[in-house]
Amino acid sequence: MSALATAPRRAGSPRGLRRGEALAGWAFTAPVLLILGVFLLVPVLMALWVSFSDWSGRGSPLSSDVGFVGLDNYAAVTTGGGLAERDFGVALRNNAWYVLLVVPLQTALSLFLAVLVNRAVLRGRGAFRTAFYFPSVTSSVAITVLWLFLFSTSGVVNTVLARLGIAGPNWFNEPSGVLHNLLGALGVRSGPQALTEHGFLGLSWWDWLAGPSVAMSAFVLMAIFTTSGTFMLLFLAGLQNLGPDVDEAAMVDGANGWQRFWRITLPQLRPTLFTVLTLGLIGSWQVFDQIYTGTQGGPGKTTLTPAYLSYQSAFLSQEWGRGAAIAFILFVIIVLLTILQRWILRERR
Amino acid sequence: MNPTTRRRLPRKALAGQVALYALLIALALVYVYPFLVQVATSVKTEADAAADPVSLIPDPLTWAAYGRLFLRSDFPVWFANSAVVTVLVTAGRVFFDSLAGYALARLRFRGRSVVYAALVAVMAVPAVVLLIPKFLVINQLGIYDSYAGMVLPLLVDAAGVFIMKNFFESIPASVEEQARIDGAGTFRIFWSVVLPMARPALVTIVILSFQGSWNELSHFIVSAQSPSLTTLTKGVASLASGQLSQGSQYPIKLAAAALMTVPVAVMFFVFQRRIMNASEGAVKE
Repeated sequence: MSALATAPRRAGSPRGLRRGEALAGWAFTAPVLLILGVFLLVPVLMALWVSFSDWSGRGSPLSSDVGFVGLDNYAAVTTGGGLAERDFGVALRNNAWYVLLVVPLQTALSLFLAVLVNRAVLRGRGAFRTAFYFPSVTSSVAITVLWLFLFSTSGVVNTVLARLGIAGPNWFNEPSGVLHNLLGALGVRSGPQALTEHGFLGLSWWDWLAGPSVAMSAFVLMAIFTTSGTFMLLFLAGLQNLGPDVDEAAMVDGANGWQRFWRITLPQLRPTLFTVLTLGLIGSWQVFDQIYTGTQGGPGKTTLTPAYLSYQSAFLSQEWGRGAAIAFILFVIIVLLTILQRWILRERR
Repeated sequence: MNPTTRRRLPRKALAGQVALYALLIALALVYVYPFLVQVATSVKTEADAAADPVSLIPDPLTWAAYGRLFLRSDFPVWFANSAVVTVLVTAGRVFFDSLAGYALARLRFRGRSVVYAALVAVMAVPAVVLLIPKFLVINQLGIYDSYAGMVLPLLVDAAGVFIMKNFFESIPASVEEQARIDGAGTFRIFWSVVLPMARPALVTIVILSFQGSWNELSHFIVSAQSPSLTTLTKGVASLASGQLSQGSQYPIKLAAAALMTVPVAVMFFVFQRRIMNASEGAVKE
């Protein structure tokens, strides 16, 4: 009976089946395409328009009384000479130092943790992995709240430092740059004229070289604390894919553990290293949640980041065109740096 | 080999072992201790929290912070909003991501490679860049300050589609072909044959979506403003900048932070094995 019923269908040419498949293919992908189109593609195009307009946040940005201002918004933050340019310069400087510290440190620490917990004979392996990974599952808001407490003036960190005989800084209220402080300790309190008289984006070269502020350094530590677990898992996966034979051969040849790590293990981990560095770079240019929750850019704008500045310009100062322009410049920076990094780490023959 | 070196070697190895465990325990302490401090401080009085922040033993123990949060703040509203959004987003992603993932893995249709390329492009857009854009569209569509504006844009994610696509490609097609020969329609095959087999991948999507939408902050900042639509992340962030309080009020803030961590922590411990394996599978190259 059922064989009879299906026989004509089976004979009914694969083309009929295929046509149904095409329809189903589009029907199955339609919800995803529709939502991503409406809430991702269209928004980006609209924001691109806003970045070329003088929209002030009232009414629709598509209405006729919104004017086209060309590259004015981009010019205001890059060559304007005013506060907008200086703020953008400061935000870029802050985030650049953040990236420069976070990416190498989180990569090194997560690799170190992965190597430690990758040992075949290790009691409590699972417990250690869990401990290192746990900060990664919690929300950035909750961690920031915790960090504000740990690094408060008379908080946990400073109490521990005091027991070691060190007077801790006033972390989240301390705007001075770490490099300037180091130079200050060596007696250098102001920069050479060559650095103080010239600059970029409204900021003298001397100020670019201030280093991350003490407040930003606390965020650097937080980023390392929360991301090292995730990246540790990536490195663990990479380590577990390596065969033991090369390592054993090197051991027979008399290479010690240190040499084996640098000459054998690390080169083989290259693909994972590449993934971790790329994800780290992309992630650390998007500092927003921490700043929104914790410092709102302070103290002295030293935790201001391009992402937060973009939000602040648009939603708080109603400078929508400028905010959108900053977002697009940030986008370009992230793309360019990712390409640059791919080029630097490319496989050389 | 002379006997003295033979006896010495294990002793050296033992010293190495002790050093390794000491290092690991010290590191683990650094990672865990902040969370212990968080919980301990949430049951301290404000004076105690300020006087001895390092101690893990409250003196005296008080539940005042929790009482304050539940009885005299909007905390329950925030919690409920986060729960509603998280459940809807997770359900949406499980369904839509697997639908699209199945189509990309199995169904042959004109334009499939274009759809695939579009999804790859979407994943390359950094989320922070979308803050202003998303607000513009949500506002234009008239769904600003509503659950629709909070939930709809999060309802699908390209990464989830890829996870499902990869999974469907890894299972043999023979079972589906049998069902097709028996005359079942494509959706029917997907729903009652393929989806039940996809449990491991679906659990991965559930974990990622749950964690992602529970911890999401920036999207809710740009999609709603009224207090009745505030989520936990937004609410606790406002606590952090001191809207509830005079003084530092650390016990209350840390109690709120601890409570908002509980659901993701439970999720993590329930699916621990799966989470560790999921991230291992994700980077196989």
